[in-house]
Amino acid sequence: MSKARASLTRTSLVHLALISYAIISVFPVFLTLINSMKDRNAIFRNPMQLPSPKTFDLVGYYTVLGQGDFATYFQNSFIVTVAAIALVLLFGAMAAFALSEYRFRGNTLMGLYLAIGIMIPIRLGTVAILQGMVATGLVNTLTALILVYTAQGIPLAVFILSEFMRTVSDDLKNAGRIDGLSEYSIFFRLVLPLVRPAMATVAVFTMIPIWNDLWFPLILAPSEATKTVTLGSQIFIGQFVTNWNAVLAALSLAIFPVLVLYLVFSRQLIRGITSGAVK
Amino acid sequence: MGSLQLKSVRKSFGNVDVIKGIDLDVKDGEFVIFVGPSGCGKSTLLRIIAGLEDATSGSITIDGAEVVTVPPAKRGIAMVFQSYALYPHLTVKDNMGLGLKQAGAPKEEIEKRVAKASAMLSLEKYLSRRPAELSGGQRQRVAIGRAIVREPKLFLFDEPLSNLDAALRVNTRLEIARLHRDLKATMIYVTHDQVEAMTLADKIVVLDAGVIQQVGSPMELYNKPANLFVAGFIGSPAMNFIEASRVGVADAKTIGVRPEHLALSRDGGEWQGKVVHVEHLGADTIVYIESEKVGLFTVRLFGEHHYAVDDVVYATPAAGQTHRFDADGRAIR
Repeated sequence: MSKARASLTRTSLVHLALISYAIISVFPVFLTLINSMKDRNAIFRNPMQLPSPKTFDLVGYYTVLGQGDFATYFQNSFIVTVAAIALVLLFGAMAAFALSEYRFRGNTLMGLYLAIGIMIPIRLGTVAILQGMVATGLVNTLTALILVYTAQGIPLAVFILSEFMRTVSDDLKNAGRIDGLSEYSIFFRLVLPLVRPAMATVAVFTMIPIWNDLWFPLILAPSEATKTVTLGSQIFIGQFVTNWNAVLAALSLAIFPVLVLYLVFSRQLIRGITSGAVK
Repeated sequence: MGSLQLKSVRKSFGNVDVIKGIDLDVKDGEFVIFVGPSGCGKSTLLRIIAGLEDATSGSITIDGAEVVTVPPAKRGIAMVFQSYALYPHLTVKDNMGLGLKQAGAPKEEIEKRVAKASAMLSLEKYLSRRPAELSGGQRQRVAIGRAIVREPKLFLFDEPLSNLDAALRVNTRLEIARLHRDLKATMIYVTHDQVEAMTLADKIVVLDAGVIQQVGSPMELYNKPANLFVAGFIGSPAMNFIEASRVGVADAKTIGVRPEHLALSRDGGEWQGKVVHVEHLGADTIVYIESEKVGLFTVRLFGEHHYAVDDVVYATPAAGQTHRFDADGRAIR
């Protein structure tokens, strides 16, 4: 549909739909943010109300930051997420390149084997993973989490990236081969820059579940030194008493790093340098 | 500088034989064109020569040295691709110099050769630009420049003009012809366009279904096609084929006459027919005629002629310009 012919009603309806969906998506985040800045009574009496001078209270943030350990939790979450994304992108892209570029026996089978990981939830293997981590002495280390998340992210990465790598011109790779580039240089210097938008997509899809995960930190790394933010926030949720101020404040704080990472990657999503490489 | 020999080169993908035994001898300084319909294996053959595909069997020698196990970069070849295949993140200068840089050539040498090549192709102004900032024709010139800079034994062109528009195609064709004269290099060129083949080549290799149909100079192929395929493929409009029995020729299965070797008259001639369509091209007039005796055939007349649909006309083949083919499609001489 050409832009010139779109009628005003049609455009406004489309925007109405988009705006309402945006409101629905953002609302829980908004609720968390406003309530994190209110006192305990106000949270329960008027959860929808914006913080007023009377109800404004940063006690939640004082509690969270005053605990002292939260800096460590943030650091742990950050290290785990960034390291896992880096490994997923590196190995996922390499596997995808091999699958899409080389003809070898068992190519399709290998592709399917890697794709199965998308369908089978990694949590089914929790017990075996825990046993493995215990056996290798990796329990209560960030390495354990990084390894598990890398394994969890690679199938989707391979799946998405191999599709994209098929679209990279064969002529370009062959020109590189004739110019004497090694297969590694072709991968790193020609192919990776061209699939950067796909890499950013994969990074975003990989990042969010890792940052939000509670399961594996709880099972594999529950020690004080290796707690992640999501696990750390749980100390405020008790069986009988829950410190809602602190929980909401911790969650609000946890949004920001992931928001920053998202902005970094989404810039890459938009930027395309493929034009001009091939017609 | 560069000669090339292919000996019974074969290539199969799984059970499909794409190249079915090619023997070819290319002499130093020759401009050889592989031409054929799509899917005839011409590009695959070029890739095998470049080392981008492995031949299933057979031997390839460049300058007398067997290269089957030599990687592309060490074969002393340069290739120009249909899609240009420029490195998007490098400037024109770096695009042209990358091959030498990878080979470890000294910086001044690279500078010198890039300067020389860009002067030949009038690309000096664009050296610091990236491929995205160039037009299609400029990109293809950069791709050709990248090949020249390597000073290869063998230039390989894979349909280099297919992505260009008609006017640019003619210009670039002239440029390639001039380069061949200046560099005196051996060039192998793949195209499906017979005009490119006829205008550029010293020697044309006509391929069909993975087999060489005929090798020869453009005029040899035009005047003495070895079989029905070559006769029909070379020349535009295509040669008219007529069942020999319908025109009373006993010692052949099929008779071929080129459209330009038929004379047309309203008064009388050998084949009577009705005009079904006329194309006026200015320099040429193409007349399609349906005849009871020989079926539908094409006549190419030079200059302007006024025939209307349904006119009754008579066509006469020029003496000595008919081709005879036997039951297997081979030419009878």
